[in-house]
Amino acid sequence: MTPASAPDRDALAPFARSARAQPYEVAIWILAALAIVLFPGHAALWNEIAILTLFAVSLDLILGYGGIVSLGQAAFFGTGSYVAALFAKHAMNDPLAGLAVGAAAAALVGLATSILVLRGTDLTRLMVTLGIASILYELANRFDQITGGADGLHGFAMRPLFGRFAFDLDGKVAYYYSLSVLFVLFLVARAVVHSPFGYSLMAIRDNRMRATAIGIDSNRRLAAIYTLAAAMAGAAGALLAQTTGFTSLDSLDFHRSADVLLVLVIGGTGYLYGGLIGAVVFVVMKDVLSAATPQYWQFWLGLILVVIVLVGRERIVRPWHALADRLRRRP
Amino acid sequence: MLTILFDGVAYGMLLFLIASGLAVTMGLMNFVNLAHGAFAMAGGYLAAILSNRMGVPFLVTLPLAFLFAAALGAVLEPTLYRRLYRRSHLDQVLFSIGIVFMAVAAVDYLFGATQQFVQLPPLLQGRIEIAGVGIGAYRLFIVLVCGVIAVGLQWILAKTRFGSRLRAAVDDSRVASGLGINVNVMFLATFAFGSGLAGLGGALGAELLGLDPTFPLKFMFYFLIVVAVGGTTTITGPLVASLLLGVADVAGKYYAPKLGAFIIYSVMIAVLMARPQGLFARGGER
Amino acid sequence: MNPPALVTRSLYKRFGGITATQDVTLTLPQGARHALIGPNGAGKTTLVNLITGMLPPSSGAIELDGHDITRLPAHRRAQRGLVRTFQINQLFGQFTPLQTIALVVAEREGMGARAVRALCRSTSLVDEAAVLLREFHLTDVMHSKVVHLPYGKQRLLEIAIAVAGQPRVLLLDEPGAGVPAGESAEILDTLAALPADVAVLLIEHDMDLVFRFAQRIAVLVNGALLVEGAAADIARDPRVKAVYLGEASHA
Repeated sequence: MTPASAPDRDALAPFARSARAQPYEVAIWILAALAIVLFPGHAALWNEIAILTLFAVSLDLILGYGGIVSLGQAAFFGTGSYVAALFAKHAMNDPLAGLAVGAAAAALVGLATSILVLRGTDLTRLMVTLGIASILYELANRFDQITGGADGLHGFAMRPLFGRFAFDLDGKVAYYYSLSVLFVLFLVARAVVHSPFGYSLMAIRDNRMRATAIGIDSNRRLAAIYTLAAAMAGAAGALLAQTTGFTSLDSLDFHRSADVLLVLVIGGTGYLYGGLIGAVVFVVMKDVLSAATPQYWQFWLGLILVVIVLVGRERIVRPWHALADRLRRRP
Repeated sequence: MLTILFDGVAYGMLLFLIASGLAVTMGLMNFVNLAHGAFAMAGGYLAAILSNRMGVPFLVTLPLAFLFAAALGAVLEPTLYRRLYRRSHLDQVLFSIGIVFMAVAAVDYLFGATQQFVQLPPLLQGRIEIAGVGIGAYRLFIVLVCGVIAVGLQWILAKTRFGSRLRAAVDDSRVASGLGINVNVMFLATFAFGSGLAGLGGALGAELLGLDPTFPLKFMFYFLIVVAVGGTTTITGPLVASLLLGVADVAGKYYAPKLGAFIIYSVMIAVLMARPQGLFARGGER
Repeated sequence: MNPPALVTRSLYKRFGGITATQDVTLTLPQGARHALIGPNGAGKTTLVNLITGMLPPSSGAIELDGHDITRLPAHRRAQRGLVRTFQINQLFGQFTPLQTIALVVAEREGMGARAVRALCRSTSLVDEAAVLLREFHLTDVMHSKVVHLPYGKQRLLEIAIAVAGQPRVLLLDEPGAGVPAGESAEILDTLAALPADVAVLLIEHDMDLVFRFAQRIAVLVNGALLVEGAAADIARDPRVKAVYLGEASHA
């Protein structure tokens, strides 16, 4: 065996420094913080983008990093939304408490249902997640004395955040609230994906058999990320209820699960910022198209989805990745 | 109670008729088509428009619905679907969701969101007494038509050369094409036929299932259940699954309205858990 | 006297009407350099799958370092040092070799479930991975995604993963597969460099590799052990020659 000399630090740098904050990341978050200052008339839109980003990041964790295909992420979003609304209405209307309770409730649902998605083909998981979300939708529908059924829940308003920042009419506080929650949870997600745990998830995704052969307990790891993702989706749902003062069956509807999937299709999976980019494009697109053809923007949504899939997701999304790979391959 | 049973059977037969095309598509092309219900909707709307606005007799609209939906399928298969056979199931699901959204929005735009009704001929509007049990003539008609078609499909599959070629191609399309079976033509014909059956089912069942723009989304799950539980290699599998599903759904709505849908979804999840290899009844995942 | 590193007792595996593994009893002492050979379809990989826990046996027992592991799930066997390589490369396509080995080392150290500190910031882990990659001549490609690596490099990484786990027992399933005869020298070097206390079972078709590496050889035919003994004896055994000669005449 050759004597081990100290590894060349510079040679290792591309990996050793891979967890550092990149300049583009800093730029994105600064822009996000300034968005409502630069475009004050669209506060509701920015709020929607922040919430949708959080929701998309939660799906990216299980889909892009864990390899679990889900058509039912709305189950957790809706759970968080309803629990937060009910908590505000009947218990206390402190936003952070409601947020925590909503996320926790969603996490519980995620943990309980995680055993159903640990194994099986993509197709099986699609259907199972769809089934779970449908069951929750039906539950909310049937127990309309609690959930308000098709009319939804309203008539609750949030106490000022930290006792000082009241939710104002022009939506600034709401946006910064959502953005802050997004930022904190994004940092959590970012830490997770760079950690050994995060890498083990990607290993399970890429080759489950090999992951097991190096000692990874795939079931436990997948259940853990599924629960974390559920909590984040629940937080997103809670934010929606709290910042709009309203929630309804819409938060559990299939179209929510499909929309967030489309967000990741647009933005790309497996690098966390796809959720943010996709959310911005999605919300702006929806706003523009809805103005033109009110109920029928769904048509354009479908068309975009069809086109993206036909052209090939990787080719339009992240073409720079393909380019970088090709450059690095040169000897 | 027997009436409910019979209603369930009629419902189930309709589900079978529509879902049979999906079963063959999934088994043959390994393609998950969540938009299958859109073809049923197309047939249903054609029948509704022809019978309501143009006075075409109901019985005539049925074969027309079949042809219309089959034509749609014959156009879409080579232009769009065929490009995605080799893609991941996720891509196929995303694609077909896109198609559904487009179809739903288009129908909503063209015909509005209200439910469409089909003019049933007087012949089918009454009740018939059989062995002391009152049975709706319409439902009886449905059961008979679907039954005949089911038998016909089984015969085609088992006894004709097309059927054996189809079964060969389902088993292994590469080998089949090496044997000289024109797999492309087979896919096109099968997809068109399956879509046609769906259209026929949509027209036939418009009164029973409820026809509005959200039809493909409402029933998407039911069709998937039929295929998941019934498998894709036989006719009898989806048939039995459809009947069970139809009866369970109708009985559930009648006896336990608050619980009806859960039973369906829960059974579905339970079945998938028991067979995590899921929807392909053969061993070996492609 | 230390217990043997690996023992199988009367291992059977039946699939419907087929008996893929028949009454296989093997002992691998500490530091063994054993080989398992046999014609195609003899059930060698099935046996490895049984030992590592990917397949449940129909009957029989398996012991690792004297502990019964017959009911232990596959990942726990790997955690206890029972490591294998795969006949067809089983790698993590989107990882680089450096990321791959860093993860293997992290798992080995029991840090795989840690979710807070970045993997790339654990300097000692990354350094150890870099050293190992250098031994396997993978330094020049250590930042390239595995899917982009040539086959030979992938094969080396396949074995590097196993070695990085610091195994107690190492099952190598045809490490020379797909590697041209002239290039198997690299493979042989890595085999020779394995620590002396690791018990190694080499499954191979390449007889050159087998006879240069193994002290003892077991011959598997139709799922059952035909004969087992010192390498030199096996080389002379007429029954073994008949099995291979018989196979050659079918070819």
